[in-house]
Amino acid sequence: MEITFFHVIFLVVAAFTLVCALGVVLSRNLFHASIWLIGAFAGVAILYWTMEAEYLAIAQIMVYIGAIATLIVFSIMLSRGMMLGRAPMNNFQSGISAVVAVLLFGILALVLLQINWPVVQQAITSDQIAQLGEALVSTYVVPFQTIAVLLSVALIGAIMIAREH
Amino acid sequence: MNLLDLIRDPSQIGPWFYQTMLGWGLQPWLADLIGDIIGVLVIVLMVINSAIFLIWLERKVAARLQDRVGPNRAGPYGLLQTLADVVKLLTKEDITPDGADRVSYNLAPALMVMQIVMVAAIIPVASGVVGANLSVGLLYFVAMSGIASIGALMAGWASNNKYALLGGFRVVAQLMSYEIPLAFSLLAAVIWSGTMATNTLAVKQGEMLFGFLPGWNLFVMPFAALIFFIATLAEGERAPFDLLEAESEIVAGPNIEYSGMKFAWFYLQFFINSLLLSAIFATVFLGGWQGPFVDRFPILGLLYFTAKAMLVLFGLMWVRATYPRLRIDQMMTFCWKVLVPATLVVVLISAIGVKFTPDRSLNAVIISAANLVALFVTLGILGRTLRRQVETRKADLQAKIAARA
Amino acid sequence: MTPVIPLSWYLLLAAALFSIGLYGALARRNAIGVLMGIELILNAVNINLVAFNRYIVPQQVSGQIFAIFVLAIAAAEAAVGLALIIAIYRSRATVNLDEIDLLKG
Repeated sequence: MEITFFHVIFLVVAAFTLVCALGVVLSRNLFHASIWLIGAFAGVAILYWTMEAEYLAIAQIMVYIGAIATLIVFSIMLSRGMMLGRAPMNNFQSGISAVVAVLLFGILALVLLQINWPVVQQAITSDQIAQLGEALVSTYVVPFQTIAVLLSVALIGAIMIAREH
Repeated sequence: MNLLDLIRDPSQIGPWFYQTMLGWGLQPWLADLIGDIIGVLVIVLMVINSAIFLIWLERKVAARLQDRVGPNRAGPYGLLQTLADVVKLLTKEDITPDGADRVSYNLAPALMVMQIVMVAAIIPVASGVVGANLSVGLLYFVAMSGIASIGALMAGWASNNKYALLGGFRVVAQLMSYEIPLAFSLLAAVIWSGTMATNTLAVKQGEMLFGFLPGWNLFVMPFAALIFFIATLAEGERAPFDLLEAESEIVAGPNIEYSGMKFAWFYLQFFINSLLLSAIFATVFLGGWQGPFVDRFPILGLLYFTAKAMLVLFGLMWVRATYPRLRIDQMMTFCWKVLVPATLVVVLISAIGVKFTPDRSLNAVIISAANLVALFVTLGILGRTLRRQVETRKADLQAKIAARA
Repeated sequence: MTPVIPLSWYLLLAAALFSIGLYGALARRNAIGVLMGIELILNAVNINLVAFNRYIVPQQVSGQIFAIFVLAIAAAEAAVGLALIIAIYRSRATVNLDEIDLLKG
């Protein structure tokens, strides 16, 4: 297999994403962990871009970085005391968790490298944005509406729970 | 292809340069890469250097509006004032406060400037002259402004200063709330034009309604344009929505602890942000580079686009120099109880109007009329509510005075 | 253009991201840390969805649609989860999961 420019880009972005993800789970400071998380989200957004899923890449930045990461940083700041304690960040099962995670990765890698995926080598010729829009209001209209209801419920529920009494 | 052709139609420069590089015997991917890097450098340098002029302009315009002279010492008309400021900022001591979170403290200004420069990539300055005519252009713009709130929050937290942290919280509250009317007013234009790509949006606005009226989105949906303008004031952190700075309340917001060049980066972000928001307004609602004779001389588009963007920018400066600052609860109430419902109505009007009759010109008139009706209804409700509030307060005060007497 | 990067690279990356997220969700004491691990897991799943969409049914968007649904559910989950964490912090002054053991008696 010939290594091209695109392979190099993919490897750089993938390494960046994985380093950021490791930073999220290993960082001692919770605020730093959230900054690493933003990096990991950005890396995943670029990966979507390499797969020509532009809409999803931008949605990833908007929802994950613009909303979820902001929310996480916000709640870290609102419960400020949690960062002052010098207690260890990991619990008693961190050792066995690491073993489980490595084992899981090993098994997944073994399995997915052995399967012969029915890959179709094809350029995308259709207008994906239009296709997405049409699919959301035709084939997938019921899940789409359900998600809308879910989001409203989550919004109201979050306000009710977090409100001071 | 000769030089005159390139000047007449600047959108050909990129392909021409690419072909030239291929002619030199470069690999296609290398030619692509070099072309991209040059494009990025041009955009970044143009945008960042424009701030030198913008800062002077802002100070001069604000001064004239407030019956002052403004900068007039350094250079003719004080044009070199910004350069003098830059030299001053460069020579200042770079302070990192005690207990600051060093990584995020240094990362925050870079993040702020990065997101705003990234927005510049989707601005079409003339026909086809755009960093990237992304199919998701306007969504990209909204996503990038989401990064700004992260940057401000990081700056506020890392400074280890409670005013900075309060400023950071305000930034998130304000930017996130006003992102909704911002995005939804853009959505109204997107539904009408059927595209999110910025250059294509400008192209679409070139079609004439009934054969003679320019099809600018400002005429088709005046209320959406007004809402976008108001949201722009808030996203650009300008008076009357400059609660993030609010010198008199939280001293200066998230950038209070920054000094020297790091402070200059926040300053830079503020001015470039205003410029790019005006550019987006010009692109989405004022037809971008559209104007007479653009189809024959595409370079004229640059002139039209600059004129439109500067006009909007002047509007932003005018508002900033004229109106006092709102209170934070008034600002949030205005967003959630006035702008958000109004934008929902505007989006609904666009969505229904675009398919109302088979004739697109007629649809434009219907959307326009419905927009104006919505505008006057909103103003009417707002006016009545405010008048009632004022009267209640007046009655309260009179009752108190009577009780004392 | 036709994709040049093999599908298995994306799948391996997603598997690695999933495992890292799993470790974070299992090993963190802090509730917000656990939530971050879960976000990583959801991202790994999304990479898989988009990769299968791109490489196996490139002319359709079904994988991307599901990724969008995951995105929306992740947003809802983060909002409710963080609201719960803040509420717990208010009443117990801690967000360490080992110390939130009210039901143990």
